[in-house]
Amino acid sequence: MSIIVYAESWEGKFRKSTFEAISYAKKISEGLQKDVKSICVGSINEDELKKLGDYGSSSVDVYPNISKSDCKSVAEVINEHSQEANFIIFSNTFNAKSIAPRVSAKLSAGLVSNVISNLEDVNNPTFKRQSFSSKAIETVKLNTKQAVISIAPNSFELVQANTDCTINMNQKNFDSDLTVISKDVNKGKISLSEAEIVVSAGRGLKGPENWEMIESLADILGAATACSKPVSDIGWRPHSEHVGQTGKAVAPNLYIAIGISGAIQHLAGVNSSKIMVAINTDPEAPFFKAADYGIVGDAFEVVPKLTEEIKKLRNN
Amino acid sequence: MNILVCISSVPDTTSKINFTDNNSKFDKNGIQFVINPYDEFGLTKAVMLKEQNQATITVLCVGEPTVEPILRKALAIGADKAIRINHDPKDSFSTASEITNYIKSNSFDLIIAGKESSDYNGGAVPCMIADMLNIPFVNACNGLIISGDNLELSREIDGGIENIKVQTPVVIGGQKGLVEESELKIPNMRGIMTARTKPLEVLEASGTSNLTESISYAKPAAKGDCKMIDENSINELVNELHNVAKVI
Repeated sequence: MSIIVYAESWEGKFRKSTFEAISYAKKISEGLQKDVKSICVGSINEDELKKLGDYGSSSVDVYPNISKSDCKSVAEVINEHSQEANFIIFSNTFNAKSIAPRVSAKLSAGLVSNVISNLEDVNNPTFKRQSFSSKAIETVKLNTKQAVISIAPNSFELVQANTDCTINMNQKNFDSDLTVISKDVNKGKISLSEAEIVVSAGRGLKGPENWEMIESLADILGAATACSKPVSDIGWRPHSEHVGQTGKAVAPNLYIAIGISGAIQHLAGVNSSKIMVAINTDPEAPFFKAADYGIVGDAFEVVPKLTEEIKKLRNN
Repeated sequence: MNILVCISSVPDTTSKINFTDNNSKFDKNGIQFVINPYDEFGLTKAVMLKEQNQATITVLCVGEPTVEPILRKALAIGADKAIRINHDPKDSFSTASEITNYIKSNSFDLIIAGKESSDYNGGAVPCMIADMLNIPFVNACNGLIISGDNLELSREIDGGIENIKVQTPVVIGGQKGLVEESELKIPNMRGIMTARTKPLEVLEASGTSNLTESISYAKPAAKGDCKMIDENSINELVNELHNVAKVI
């Protein structure tokens, strides 16, 4: 019996969300007195693999000949390792969303996605998950012995564990059911779902040419940039930046909303943020009811000043 | 080309969400139900493929009789035939099993669903269908071109976009980009009239058991008051974020 974690990597490094999943698994393992075992695919060096132990994984099975894009094969190997597992744990990334449901179907094990709270009773597990596009928190129980769990990124703390992680290399080859022709990677950009700070702007910016100041603010904060639905619909910004009910749900430590009124659909996607700042010319903007801090003012004056103040802070 | 579009009936995105029966059930009272927005991109794409290449579109919804209006709407938009599987979809696995049973007794080249439903946000049904049928799955799909027996698809990944080639049959989890928001179709009068004569077949569910169960719902805790800061004292905001909230 054990707890299995899919350790997802990106360009040879594990994602922060992978370490969150291992920390989450480690906590469960203490209640059950079981080991946490990781599974990863692709080419990852030994130093990086050992990092899984820093958060409590006692072993990792590596499949260097499988690409993470080949989700069918990833699901097959996870399934092979999971026959006796109590919990199979993922972080709810795009990649995991194409793997976890396959594992659940293969094992006929209940799947709970978007999980946002730690397990209270490992022997009689119930899970709190985000539902109704973050407008509600749903409590779910399983009718199966095995559980496939996908935790929301940025919702759990990293906990250091200092376990020695044994590395098992598996040279098996697998056939992919799809061919990746090319990849367009957002070079130098911070992934929106994992970002700790998000700077987001709406129609109040008046045009795509004005995003430079948003990007300067994001740069100085080490933040990801995002936008409201109307802005992505008109094509000022790519769809991948749209946060809200029909775009992405994000949960950063800090969400700065600039020139976004705060429609219910937008708030649904961002209200899991720990701190929200709203900057808007309209003192009646609904965002001020949801935000922690508000500034009534013109973005074109406030944002450059804010960037300057943060520069000062960083230089001190 | 034979296309199946799987849709679900969800509360309109402007809905305020409430619960009844001691917070154990979603309160449908006064709620306007619509085609799940992610599914609507896929449905529109299917209609465009039909206009360009000749295709037959079957639209399917797992649900109780109350979902029939959205199936009629899908017929009015351009689907040829509608199927309702009579089952209250409470669990991804049982919903996927019901749809898979239907697909197995028919033959589809392309199965389009949304990447998730905007109500329960499970995001699992299309991927489970692909696994049960042992065919490829492309999630968060934001581009689709037919080239012979192959499909060229793009999908969103964390950190970019992947361009993929895949042989049919395939299941896709669609989203915006598959078609643009401005391309979404509003049914016209002719569409609404013809939809009345198009077949809407009701099939009984096979009764696959649910692997998960919802126990209760809660609303996120209300935020405290918003602290307003003067636009001429931005340093105060930075100070708050740095020293009080400790987020920068």
